[in-house]
Amino acid sequence: MSGTALFRLRRQALPGRGLALGVTLVWLGGFILIPLAALALRPWEKGLGGIWAVLTEPRVLAGFRLSFGASALAALIAAPLGLLLAWVITRYEFPGRRALDALIDLPFALPTAVAGLAMTAIFANNGWLGEPLAAWFGWTVAFRPAGVVVALVFVALPFIARTVEPVLRDLPRETEEAAATLGATRVQTIARVVLPALAPALLTGFGLGFARAVGEYGSVIFIAGNMPMVSEILPLLIVVKLEQFDYAGAAAIGLAMLLLAFVILLGLNLLQLLLRRGQP
Amino acid sequence: MTARPRAATADPPWLAGLLIGAALAVAGVVLVLPLAAVFTESLRRGWEVAWEAIIEPDAVSAMQLTLLVAAIAVPVNTLGGIAAAWAIARCDFPGRRLLVTLIELPFSVSPVISGLVYVLLFGAQGYFGPWLAAHDIQILFALPGLVLATIFVTFPFVARTLIPLMQEQGQAEEEAALTLGANTWQILWHVTLPKIRWALLAGILLCNARAMGEFGAVAVVSGHIRGQTNTMPLHVEILYNEYMFVGAFAVASLLALLGLITLGAKTALEILSRSRMGSHA
Repeated sequence: MSGTALFRLRRQALPGRGLALGVTLVWLGGFILIPLAALALRPWEKGLGGIWAVLTEPRVLAGFRLSFGASALAALIAAPLGLLLAWVITRYEFPGRRALDALIDLPFALPTAVAGLAMTAIFANNGWLGEPLAAWFGWTVAFRPAGVVVALVFVALPFIARTVEPVLRDLPRETEEAAATLGATRVQTIARVVLPALAPALLTGFGLGFARAVGEYGSVIFIAGNMPMVSEILPLLIVVKLEQFDYAGAAAIGLAMLLLAFVILLGLNLLQLLLRRGQP
Repeated sequence: MTARPRAATADPPWLAGLLIGAALAVAGVVLVLPLAAVFTESLRRGWEVAWEAIIEPDAVSAMQLTLLVAAIAVPVNTLGGIAAAWAIARCDFPGRRLLVTLIELPFSVSPVISGLVYVLLFGAQGYFGPWLAAHDIQILFALPGLVLATIFVTFPFVARTLIPLMQEQGQAEEEAALTLGANTWQILWHVTLPKIRWALLAGILLCNARAMGEFGAVAVVSGHIRGQTNTMPLHVEILYNEYMFVGAFAVASLLALLGLITLGAKTALEILSRSRMGSHA
């Protein structure tokens, strides 16, 4: 905190603004904004009809369904798991809590190709989980759309845990005490008081995890099997288009994917606003 | 011994036990199992075979390339991140929030798109492709392309660790230094940097881990030329596609170690500085 209100009013201008801002704008413009402008411009050389033709190719449509569907499902599965992890590391003291806390960030720190390779090994037909799943339930996960979902749960999990965690930490204990005083059992308190208060954070975490999952590449392509129409994710279709030197087609898919993800995130934000308004 | 009454907000032991058990099971299956699988698979045929895959010339050149790319990309984003944090947290100008949003933009872009944008600029049919070809300058399928794609995906790490911290810390010390006659560089070096050193170090570590482990973005711009434009993650993919599983997992376990060391260092820094550092990639 920077002192009293009086001081804050007279916040002195520190030197170096021109230089710092200049460096920032060159860095941002050169490495991010100009390249992204190329993404926004390139598809239009096909014209609107040409872009529509690319996006409605059956293989691309299947890619949209898989990427967005599997990401939504994965974030949905990761939501309760992430909530559980956040709950346990904020509410309980037990041996290994610190290690568990650090481990939650593993999907952020583990290179995606390594995660993809590891999942494939685990869920292959002779893998640690793949073999029992096939023997007991007859399920095959690797090289199927199910494999895509499994890989994306790993990707989305920390986003949910890390978004819920600070909210859970700062939740005023008084409301829980009040509920207990009014005769609610602990389970009732959690279900009726704590979980509704966490809903907006859960939704934000869901959105972040979902958005990351849609764009994910390395963790997915090893386990997906990449069969056209069945298990090809959108980022892979961009790579396929590039290999055919169809730059405009690749850019069209990339741009559509980004825009659709932004629209969905915007919708989630609106939903969150409604949720917040419904609360005291 | 009399049992102490349990606080109203404490969970009954059976519930706490159940939830801790469930959380450990989830972490075990989702987080620990993949890690264990990488190391187990790489040692399937013993240490020697794994070691040979690591010291084989193509693997060594992939490691050198990965280090070189990170050695260029990480300092660029560190300097940019410090400049951006200084501008946003220490100076007044309109549009600061927009600037923060734009800096975080690369995190919401698919890694494949991060590579794609540079192909659109510098590829054979890219906007600058013909000019580059006429002047015999190679960006794609060469070191510059790998560095650019890596800068794109690791762009926000340092900036987003520093900006909230510097905004929270305020600038009273900097103002005092200014009053005492310090110039910009003296303030930055003697006042600001010591205040943010742990967060800066954490940001650099996370940036570096992502730079060395990036796959999607560099896969698009690399061209997969062995011994020349293959980074470690790309080398893993090539070995795997050629059914050299032990080799693939051996190189992958080096990358996994990098991730584990990064996590450990970040946790240590959090303990040292008694604060939490954002890590959302």
